[in-house]
Amino acid sequence: MNKIRRWVPLQRLREFSLVIILIIVVLIFGNQIDNYYTPRTFNRISSTVALITLVAVGQTLVVLTRNVDLSVGSVVGFTAYYVGRYVSKNEDISPVMLAALAMSIGAGMGLINGLLVAYGRIPAIVVTLGTMAIYRGVLVEYSDSKSVATRQLPDWIKELPQESILKYGEYELRALPAIALVAAIIFFFLLLYTSFGRRLYAIGSSPEAANLAGIRAPRMVTLAFTLCGAMAGLGGMLYLARFGTITVDAARGMELQVVAAVVVGGVNILGGSGTVLGAMLGAILIGTIEQSLIRMNINEFWKDALLGLCIIIAVSVDRILINQLTPWWSRTELQRMPEEHHAAA
Amino acid sequence: MQQPKRWARLKNWETLMFIILCVVVVGNLRLSEHYLDLNNLANIFHLSIEKSLVVLIMAFVIINGEIDLSVASVMGLAATVLAERYEAGWPIAAGFAMALVVGLVCGLLNGLFAAYMGIPSLIVTLAGSIGYRGVARILLEDNSVGDFPNWFTSLGQDGLIGPFPATIFVFLALFILGFVILQYSVFGRYVYAIGNNRAAAEYAGINAKQVKLTIFMASGLIAALAGAFYAARLGNVRANAAEGFELDIITIVLLGGVSIFGGTGTMIGVGLSLLVVLNLRNGMSLSNVDGNTQTSVIGILLILSVLVPNLFQLLQRLLPRVFSTISGFTNKGGAPEPKSQVSIHQ
Repeated sequence: MNKIRRWVPLQRLREFSLVIILIIVVLIFGNQIDNYYTPRTFNRISSTVALITLVAVGQTLVVLTRNVDLSVGSVVGFTAYYVGRYVSKNEDISPVMLAALAMSIGAGMGLINGLLVAYGRIPAIVVTLGTMAIYRGVLVEYSDSKSVATRQLPDWIKELPQESILKYGEYELRALPAIALVAAIIFFFLLLYTSFGRRLYAIGSSPEAANLAGIRAPRMVTLAFTLCGAMAGLGGMLYLARFGTITVDAARGMELQVVAAVVVGGVNILGGSGTVLGAMLGAILIGTIEQSLIRMNINEFWKDALLGLCIIIAVSVDRILINQLTPWWSRTELQRMPEEHHAAA
Repeated sequence: MQQPKRWARLKNWETLMFIILCVVVVGNLRLSEHYLDLNNLANIFHLSIEKSLVVLIMAFVIINGEIDLSVASVMGLAATVLAERYEAGWPIAAGFAMALVVGLVCGLLNGLFAAYMGIPSLIVTLAGSIGYRGVARILLEDNSVGDFPNWFTSLGQDGLIGPFPATIFVFLALFILGFVILQYSVFGRYVYAIGNNRAAAEYAGINAKQVKLTIFMASGLIAALAGAFYAARLGNVRANAAEGFELDIITIVLLGGVSIFGGTGTMIGVGLSLLVVLNLRNGMSLSNVDGNTQTSVIGILLILSVLVPNLFQLLQRLLPRVFSTISGFTNKGGAPEPKSQVSIHQ
């Protein structure tokens, strides 16, 4: 037992319990829905999860620094619309360039958020609640209330969601989940093993200590917001690929799902702890619940109520469990010391 | 932050609000000759009466150092409950009472999780805003309920005195009540004390949890009342009623000089900023500005309402330094070093 405690950090335990919850949820749905364990279900869920994951990964960076970005839904909607309009006029643009365009638009919007939060010293919730409305308003003005239709898009973007990267029997890893997975892996290592990532944790854990350690918090916070915006921009392009038709209401309310995924995934809303892996597991859990409820037909209207319940349960269980566990888990460190002394002697 | 300084700032802020209000009113007068019509004046309040009601309690919530993002969903849920019970054959008064109870329960849940379990209210009420809206969707699904009895819709639509409907008088009564409680009662002082420094307030023997719970429950109750008024005004309820109202509500409160960190702000300031925002929206409507663009303008206002005081503070800090450099003083222990403040959550 002590060995487990020594080698498994509390954070891993949290993620492990999330995996168990996920398995239970899948088993319950599998019991209730006929033909649940099919490649089709897997593909539908994985496309939804891909979108949430991409944006949630960016959101994780922001939440780690004790901030929150509520404008991601509007950023996804705007970039989806703008990119859709752009690609329908310039059909020969390469996919990579289009993704770069989407990411730079998103990054620009994130930069505005970041500058206002870090240098304007305005609380993130105020800034992003404001820019959520502003970006949506910009979209409405820009679009003139017209929508982008699927037939205006070039073929490659319509086929992107069906593209499969890896195949195992009937199960395939399609392009959207693959992109999300790559992004998640990059950010996982970015946060854990680069000085940028460690600085974000430091700022979130204790702003004063980070300041004394010479970390330029405003710069890092701005960067985190910019990256978050860029991921939301990429999410916008995938949103376009997945749904094809983009109205001015595209991705409205997505910020709730994203923040929910991050919080359920064990990223502390007060900053300083949490991992991309957790956020991804949170996204998978939320995506699975959402898509499975849609499969159950009658209960589609239950989706939001259950999502809200899911967040509050996850957060309170986390609060109680972690509060109880932390002393017990770390007490062994102290207890172990005399034993080791003894062994050494 | 010493007491006198803060009062000075607040007074400045309220004067500023008053000047802005004058500018907006003059602008509206130039924009349309119908602005001063009694009907239009009634409309200014009438069309946003639900938001105005919730603004009053939101001021308490934010001064207390918390936030309630779930008010719009509670409004929607209350309206939905009222409509659903009415459809099920209950008299409308019973449905109304039921709606208020539901609002109270929502507030109780928010308060229990936020105050007693210590989960940040941002998360609790974010989850609440998804969850309560979800319950509204379960109740009404895609349907729309209307055909309320005449007396109920006329409560929200027809003028009681002149063109002013009864709901406006409810608002006025609650505004005075809120003003007295916040500024002149022990409870109001508790709200400020907790918002300023929760630990200090608790050491002074204030039961912070209880105060917070009370405020969250009042917030749910008033949001439910506003939701019922919304149903009465529109005469028709869908599950997405009042969606997105929290932006306007929080903007008005922050614009009124209430700090998002809690502890400062007055009811008068909030009342003035309410007038500013309502008149601004009215002016934009008179000149045919699209609803979404109006919301953007409110968003810009929200950001400016915090950015401008911050810039003022920056100037205040920089100016003495400039003066001291000019007059050749070396500034030792004069103006304090700017305290590096990382964007603090909430």
